[in-house]
Amino acid sequence: MRTIDVKEITRNIREMCIEANHFLSDDMADAIKRAEETERAPLGEQILAQLRENLRIAGEDMIPICQDTGMTVVFLEVGQDVHFAGGSLEEAVNEGVRQGYSEGFLRKSVVGDPLLRKNTGDNTPAVIHYEITEGEQVRITVAPKGFGSENMSRIFMLKPADGMDGVKNAVLTAVKDAGPNACPPMVVGVGIGGTFEKCALLAKKALTRPVNVRSGIPYVREMEEELLEKINKLGIGPGGLGGTTTALAVNINTYPTHIAGLPVAVNICCHVNRHAARTL
Amino acid sequence: MTEDEAGHSRQKEDIGMEQYLHTPLTEEKARKLKAGDYVYITGTVYTARDAAHKRMQEALDAGEPLPIDMKDTVIYYMGPSPAREGRPIGSAGPTTASRMDKYAPRLLDLGLKGMIGKGRRSGEVLDAIVRNGAVYFAAVGGAGALLSKAITAAEVVAYEDLGTEAIYKLEVTDFPVIVVADAEGGNLYETAVKEYAEIQ
Repeated sequence: MRTIDVKEITRNIREMCIEANHFLSDDMADAIKRAEETERAPLGEQILAQLRENLRIAGEDMIPICQDTGMTVVFLEVGQDVHFAGGSLEEAVNEGVRQGYSEGFLRKSVVGDPLLRKNTGDNTPAVIHYEITEGEQVRITVAPKGFGSENMSRIFMLKPADGMDGVKNAVLTAVKDAGPNACPPMVVGVGIGGTFEKCALLAKKALTRPVNVRSGIPYVREMEEELLEKINKLGIGPGGLGGTTTALAVNINTYPTHIAGLPVAVNICCHVNRHAARTL
Repeated sequence: MTEDEAGHSRQKEDIGMEQYLHTPLTEEKARKLKAGDYVYITGTVYTARDAAHKRMQEALDAGEPLPIDMKDTVIYYMGPSPAREGRPIGSAGPTTASRMDKYAPRLLDLGLKGMIGKGRRSGEVLDAIVRNGAVYFAAVGGAGALLSKAITAAEVVAYEDLGTEAIYKLEVTDFPVIVVADAEGGNLYETAVKEYAEIQ
């Protein structure tokens, strides 16, 4: 049994909120740079160069990469031999968000009720996904999610007979509909299988996988590569202003499902695909 | 080829015309802008996003005056992150324009001439742009740190209680945008995507 003070959780979440909103992971920055070399549209190339410059300014001057510093999605993978002490774990996570968004000059974008719509003023509450794992470590992933792209995400409850082609069509449909609204070049997170809510979670988690890491399942890997190629032939391009770079990666996660179903979730993220991860 | 007062315009290969635009944006200036033009805006623009648009709509419904004069105005759909000390503003990129589609035609009919955002507009908005000789610009979404460098001053002029959604008056210098929808019905999102689409 290992005891972790929840103050440690607060401190790490605070730092990770600030880190994620000012620095993209190396795989994302590299993918944007590579796209600039291969983009065929002159305006598209110019926009990709601006995105690279934007990342430089964000890091050097500590200005958030995007003004939409997101709703804070937190994945907590907690070893079953961990005991949290010193207060409520959930409150500790939200306190980390509160401190990070205040001290980091991040935008407060959360309303306390979806219809009454009064801003909570501190970007809380976070959306927290807990998972119990083996061992006595805690893995924290902080993924602030912007809503330009979140609003263009979709769930399709397909029939088993729709098969592989049905899944591919669903992904392409979601990307086409998203078009310029989702701030392309996008990262496309896909969840296939499970239940209605499970496939959405698979898709969200797929966005936290580095864009240069493909699925370990051979047919899924092939589907990721084929879909990326097709998406980049849609013509949408950087900023939706035409070009050959519409997505930087398609990341697919799968899970067993019911004999009667084929759920597919497509969670679209803009080129500011933010995630910071630490293991305590 | 057209020129603005400063005579800055020039043709750039494969990319639309580069133009330098000073506010206020009159109909005459707006009509010279064509879908695909790369425009640098200098002068005053106002921010407004969802909540501010809703309040302006309510004011109009109640027969009350708007907090800002719409005539020849440019509205930037943007809610900034807080400014660090010594800076006018934080990160300041465009938000999705379609959420303002419900409100925009009425403001265009009141004299609004330019909108800066990102993403597609409704048929009603595109019609109102043509009807009023206005223009819809896209700024590069997700480039809020870069775009903040073109903003030299910012002050809240209405609805301060809305926080980031308040109406800010911004002074901008060479703020970079691209004309998406012009007064003649041109729409870059449609034409440019077709040019590079290999599959439908």
